[in-house]
Amino acid sequence: MSFVSIQGLTVAFDGTQVLHGIDLDIDRGEALGLVGESGCGKSVTWLAALGLLPGKAQVGGSVKIDGQELIGAPRQQAEQVRGKRIAMIFQDPSSSLNPVHRVGRQITESLTLHRGLKGQAAKAEAIRLMDLVGIPSAATRINLYPHEFSGGQCQRVMIAMALAGEPDLLIADEPTTALDATIQAQILDLLATIRAETGMAMVLISHDLGAVSAVCDRAAVMYAGRVVEMNDTATLFSAPRHPYTRGLFDAIPQIDGDRTRLIPIQGTVPDPKALPVGCAFSPRCRSASARCAIQSPELTTGRAGGLLACFHPVVRTVAPVATKELVLA
Amino acid sequence: MSAFLLEAQGLVQQYDTMKGLFGRTSSVRAVDGIDLRVRHGEILGIVGESGSGKSTLGRMLLGLERPHEGKVLWEGQPLPAPRTAAWRQLRAQMQLIFQDPLAALDRRMTIADQIGEPLAIHGLATSAEASIRVAELMARVGLRPDQAGRYPHELSGGQRQRVVIARALASNPRFIVCDEPVSALDVSIQAQVVNLLRDLQEQSDLTMVFISHDLKVVRNICDRVAVMYLGRIVEEGPSDEIFADPRHPYTQALVSSIPKAATGLSNRVILQGEPPNPAARPSGCAFHPRCRIADRACSIEVPVLEKHDGRLAACLKQRATGAQAA
Repeated sequence: MSFVSIQGLTVAFDGTQVLHGIDLDIDRGEALGLVGESGCGKSVTWLAALGLLPGKAQVGGSVKIDGQELIGAPRQQAEQVRGKRIAMIFQDPSSSLNPVHRVGRQITESLTLHRGLKGQAAKAEAIRLMDLVGIPSAATRINLYPHEFSGGQCQRVMIAMALAGEPDLLIADEPTTALDATIQAQILDLLATIRAETGMAMVLISHDLGAVSAVCDRAAVMYAGRVVEMNDTATLFSAPRHPYTRGLFDAIPQIDGDRTRLIPIQGTVPDPKALPVGCAFSPRCRSASARCAIQSPELTTGRAGGLLACFHPVVRTVAPVATKELVLA
Repeated sequence: MSAFLLEAQGLVQQYDTMKGLFGRTSSVRAVDGIDLRVRHGEILGIVGESGSGKSTLGRMLLGLERPHEGKVLWEGQPLPAPRTAAWRQLRAQMQLIFQDPLAALDRRMTIADQIGEPLAIHGLATSAEASIRVAELMARVGLRPDQAGRYPHELSGGQRQRVVIARALASNPRFIVCDEPVSALDVSIQAQVVNLLRDLQEQSDLTMVFISHDLKVVRNICDRVAVMYLGRIVEEGPSDEIFADPRHPYTQALVSSIPKAATGLSNRVILQGEPPNPAARPSGCAFHPRCRIADRACSIEVPVLEKHDGRLAACLKQRATGAQAA
């Protein structure tokens, strides 16, 4: 049995359905990437699973952690899981930290809540965590306020707080998007190292396909509230099958090879209030047929493994991009 | 006529900041001595991390900020002082496109009115001509005629950026500074806008300065790239050369920090430390505390941007290897 199992998860805000039945399984220690454009529901999936959506959201389906149901579970039970077994970090670290409390206090709060540590023991553990996430001279900087840290260091503090409950699963929601390029590299490296050391599972929500491919074992591509393709990263990235996945790859400029014109996906992401009939991607799809405008394809196991929701999958595989080894002086 | 449309000579910008309410003022050098030449009809990319002075440089090139030291030459002539008549006239020829289109647009004006506004301000068209010109501009950036009466909040992010671009083009500018124009857009929309900017540049022989932290986009659209670190240019050259064979250790780290599908996390140069605070600039080469190959000399001497093996880089180590090769 998988560690976390999401079955038919649906979310609606004011009668507008934004998630149309998400099925995801995450094994212990696995790293799953969730890819998609803004509004596709990649963050909402996990906010719904952890009961973090506002009250007006109607959540349906099932989210089980080790067989224990989370949807509709009493608040106390949800709090046993939230932060303790599943922790989450967000895109903007500075707005997730409390600006008027010292970072040490914010980390120890989490330690007291989830592990019952108090006083000197909690402080020592907070320093250890800050060391672990690579904040220099942690013992003195524990008494600083969030504004005294840079953006990258705030994200490290967030990661330290998330690790305080010794979670089995870390949800990282666009953890590097707000950071500079060289700091992004540091944080991705840190997440990969921590996962290797602690053996926790990780879900990386990102629109940066490169980051997902570098860190994750498996990736799911979402579009308009549905998973449209899922496979192990190597296969997904070398031979995307869904036209949307393929379109995303084509739309991203390459860092090597020719500086050719980009191939954008025409049109825009549909409004959840007015989703097209049939396949939600069909109005933007080059290979759409009459059938796509009537019937919505189910997510099924493809011939070459992986899951795919498309009537006309991409046949041609991507020519392997020649990756030049960077010669460093 | 000068060979260069725009030329910056020894540009310095410094801002005074106060420590505490009654504390001493100290100055922060956001841009610290930049020489830059922009040729007619090229797209020059400026990359660097936040706080490296990219946007400040862009604003000084447009004459929106008066440099603390140095000067900007437009076709060989110094830029007129801000808020003079000559300066206003030049506004029509130079435009700026920002990152966040919603903040750059007026929420209470229809998009057609906003696109037409520069025509009225610069007295470029009568109201009858203006509506024709607005329709042309909208078609050029790929907006539908029926969207003319819409308000910014009724459009998607990509469409809003098209409105901003159409408005920037209204006065037929010759020079545009794009400050992170696609950073707020989704991947699929980003490609549409990048292609649009490329087309516009080719069609009307625009000269552009493209400021971005997204190296992949910069490589795709720019002919030449200048890499900034803490207010100085550390490397400059044709974009193919810079990305295929970066010379400055900082550029090397930047280029290798881009996660690639094929290689995973291996073989990457991970820089230690944070981008330094411009208020506490390290001595010598500003990059030396984070540099893998820095030695004692780097903490003393400030490297200048000079040619080594036909490539412009500001690195003492480059000079050493260049001398050996010679």
